[in-house]
Amino acid sequence: MEETGDAVKEKKLVFVTVGTTCFDALVRAADAQDLKGELLKRGYTHLLIQMGRGSYIPTKSAGEDGSLAVDYFTFSSSIADHLRSASLVISHAGSGSIFETLRLGKPLIVVVNEDLMDNHQSELAEELAERKHLYCARPQNLCHTIASMNLESLLPYCPGDATPIAKLINRFLGFPDD
Amino acid sequence: MELRKNCCFSVLSPDFTITCIIITFTIVILRVLYVIYQSGKLLHRSAAEQPLSTLIVLGSGGHTTEMLNVLSALGNDRFTPRVYIAAATDNMSLLKARTLETSIAERSGVREISARFMQIYRSREVGQSYLTSVWTTLLATAHALWLMIRIRPQVILCNGPGTCVPLCVIAFLFKVVGIRWSSIFYVESIVRVKRLSLSGLLLYQLRIADQFYVQWPKLQRKYCRAHSVGCLM
Repeated sequence: MEETGDAVKEKKLVFVTVGTTCFDALVRAADAQDLKGELLKRGYTHLLIQMGRGSYIPTKSAGEDGSLAVDYFTFSSSIADHLRSASLVISHAGSGSIFETLRLGKPLIVVVNEDLMDNHQSELAEELAERKHLYCARPQNLCHTIASMNLESLLPYCPGDATPIAKLINRFLGFPDD
Repeated sequence: MELRKNCCFSVLSPDFTITCIIITFTIVILRVLYVIYQSGKLLHRSAAEQPLSTLIVLGSGGHTTEMLNVLSALGNDRFTPRVYIAAATDNMSLLKARTLETSIAERSGVREISARFMQIYRSREVGQSYLTSVWTTLLATAHALWLMIRIRPQVILCNGPGTCVPLCVIAFLFKVVGIRWSSIFYVESIVRVKRLSLSGLLLYQLRIADQFYVQWPKLQRKYCRAHSVGCLM
């Protein structure tokens, strides 16, 4: 991680993930020049895109002369490692991906795929955005969301707990309370 | 032949036949209502500590994680023997369930996993045409019936995959007919904030689920028979 010379700039990674879906609109939005500019302005140095089954190929960049370093891959078994090393996560609206990121306490922007037929997934992202655990965006306003977001205002998410439901089930079946 | 048929009809007059049909129909309706009424009440068992055989219907991805979270919080020795069912096209869910069962077995020092794992045909795959799905639905229902006859669980836990609907309907019919009394618990997935899923809506409206749990208060306000249990993830 340590770089030599005067570029001892700290690595700040933005990780974009679409999971197992095909979400070209998000990959294209993340690859847009104005979005990259916005990320640079906010001090991010690297952009890593997990593009899943999509067909749009982002442009790679080594990140010379102060530009954003861009890299991509399709699938990986070590998504968790990428999430852990990220300073900002931009994710599709799948619940697994959302909660994995929130549990790691990483700032998160969820981008809702409007091309999906039964788009109930936006419900969860919008509810969690209302509770200030993440930002919710669409591909077309992702850049604006990044420009206007205030990561300090996000609240940490307390992981859920199955004991209340277990208690109700046990009680209903006549098992004595522990 | 003709004569005997006539004779038969003369003995059973049309009025009598109609009365029979009405009586049977009334009895069935009353039985269904009784089952619905009883299902909503707390279970009273003579031996409260006796374990209950449990069927767990697994969905895909996030659904499975939520269900396994619930299972980890329930007393394992109370819900045994356990049977897991997942769609035939979904190998990941059973793999996750097997991992959980292995860790349970290790903790209690047992070498063999006592739980069973089964797969069920789906009535309709994503993108399948409606014409062929008539046939596959029939096949899936027959398969569900065959599995339920074999398992006859006392407790059913499910959280939303479409495969749980035929299984729960069959379990309800078993209650009506008197084959097996089971308690059906439905947990709506965390991704449902404002509207129930189709499976959830069916089991809620038909009153097939004995207990209906949702994870968001918004949903509970809309469906007042549901219990709000907070987030599972």
